[in-house]
Amino acid sequence: MIINGVTIDQTFAEAFPMKATRAIITAQNEKWAMISAQAMTGFATSVIACGCEAGIERVLSPEETPDGRPGVAIMIYAMGGKGLAKQLETRAGQCVLTSPTSALFAGIEGGKPIPLGKNLRYFGDGFQVAKKIGGKRYWRVPVMDGEFLTEATTGMVDAVGGGNFLVLAESQPQALAACEAAIEEMRKIPNVIMPFPGGVVRSGSKVGSKYPALGASTNDAFCPTLKGMTKTDLSPEIESVMEIVIDGLSKEDIDKAMRVGIQAVCDLGAANGIKRISAGNYGGKLGPFHFHLQEIMA
Amino acid sequence: MSALTFTLKQPTAQRVDMSPLVCQKLQGLDVDAIAAIELQNGKRKLRVDELFYITGKNTQEIIIANATAKLDFIGKEMDGGSISVQGDAGAYLGMQMKSGCICVTGDAGLYAACEMKNGLLQIDGNAGDFLGGALPGNKQGMKGGIVLVKGNVGQRAGDHMRRGQILIEGNAGDYCGSRMVAGTIAVMGNTGRYLGYAMRRGTLLLWNPPQLSATFNDCGSHTLAFLPLLFASFKSLNSRFADSSAAFNRVQRYGGDMAETGRGEVLVKI
Repeated sequence: MIINGVTIDQTFAEAFPMKATRAIITAQNEKWAMISAQAMTGFATSVIACGCEAGIERVLSPEETPDGRPGVAIMIYAMGGKGLAKQLETRAGQCVLTSPTSALFAGIEGGKPIPLGKNLRYFGDGFQVAKKIGGKRYWRVPVMDGEFLTEATTGMVDAVGGGNFLVLAESQPQALAACEAAIEEMRKIPNVIMPFPGGVVRSGSKVGSKYPALGASTNDAFCPTLKGMTKTDLSPEIESVMEIVIDGLSKEDIDKAMRVGIQAVCDLGAANGIKRISAGNYGGKLGPFHFHLQEIMA
Repeated sequence: MSALTFTLKQPTAQRVDMSPLVCQKLQGLDVDAIAAIELQNGKRKLRVDELFYITGKNTQEIIIANATAKLDFIGKEMDGGSISVQGDAGAYLGMQMKSGCICVTGDAGLYAACEMKNGLLQIDGNAGDFLGGALPGNKQGMKGGIVLVKGNVGQRAGDHMRRGQILIEGNAGDYCGSRMVAGTIAVMGNTGRYLGYAMRRGTLLLWNPPQLSATFNDCGSHTLAFLPLLFASFKSLNSRFADSSAAFNRVQRYGGDMAETGRGEVLVKI
């Protein structure tokens, strides 16, 4: 399949089941909600070393938030419920509780409830106050700028992690420009995050390493500088490869995000140095979710 | 199916225990069986049809018409459905209610909503003493749900209250929120003496400045984030509390009762 001069490989991205949750951070204005959200989702690119994958889903208008203030929806994905709960609580405690004017609310109704502010309340040292409003339990924790208001729990649901596609270009600036265009479109899709910095990964990995201690290492088949030294998957004109990784609440959500992302890349086309779209798969052994590129773009 | 309606034939001299006439106990019974239920009336027992005309069939929607203040224990331990009281209700209205909705067009007597667990209890008139309180000797009063009183309430509203919300459009008597353990009491009118006497935790939300005991300390004026959420949750009520002009988030906060645990608060609109 070729779209606007860009070859779409006959391959699939391989993804695996994860657990996910969403939280809503509000603040006095969007600036401070975003600062808190960025802190909370920082260092959360890959479960390989971060314990979770997290990202900002979207900015919320005051009409969309529980307390009528500007807000940001963030999502966190992890391999299991325990790990997810731990990451959520740690990050909420360090990055939202501490952030000026912030409040924290559940972003997913239903699913299994996991603690959001349920244990953060102990920061109140006995001065915390519980309020059950409209069937939901909130905690008011006295802090130096006033009160930190947080919902006790949020919902945890089954999700899909590791959806991806690779952008193969003639130069590094062209690969990055294409990925930026893709991310801009993909951010409009609900229920997905692209957890890597700016949504783009330059260090795509393969499973395993020559060093026994490492579970993952550089994807040498897609490293342009190794073309002559390893079993490469790159043609001579490819000088740079970048990956976009997508976590979503369902396979369909990732499908949609991949479609608009790949389309945005293809819109730039061969004229802008974009040669191929491929995907990371590990022979179908990594996970049960397969995203076939040509089917998605059909 | 029309609502099951009990119309009181004539005012009764003795008090009536209405506790058998709740939705979950009448479910599946036909009119004859309901008519044969015996109600305690003073020292006698009377069949339901000796006291009431019975019409309608829907046991999950009960109407008590011509009601008087002699009808006690209406909606006792009610668990689902609705009871509409046209007139006054006696003592122990909605006592230990678990879910459902009770509406009273007139006044309610002592101990309305005492030890209530959940559901909605609306009183269009006034309520007596110990609204949402604990029965004598018990340590926990209302544990959940919403009580809405459009008129005034007597003394000791929310005594030993544990959770839930009591919303009072009128005035509250003395000792409002006494010995409160937690929960929220909102009073749009005036409050009497000894407000929050021995309260341990919980919130008293007031529209008018109270006469506070020396054991309540001023914590200053604040904008509290939970108040907009609280007022938003009142939107579905048929009440002045649902009116957006009633909402506020700026309050003077008093902490107390310092003679007790002292984690309670009195929030006064400013």
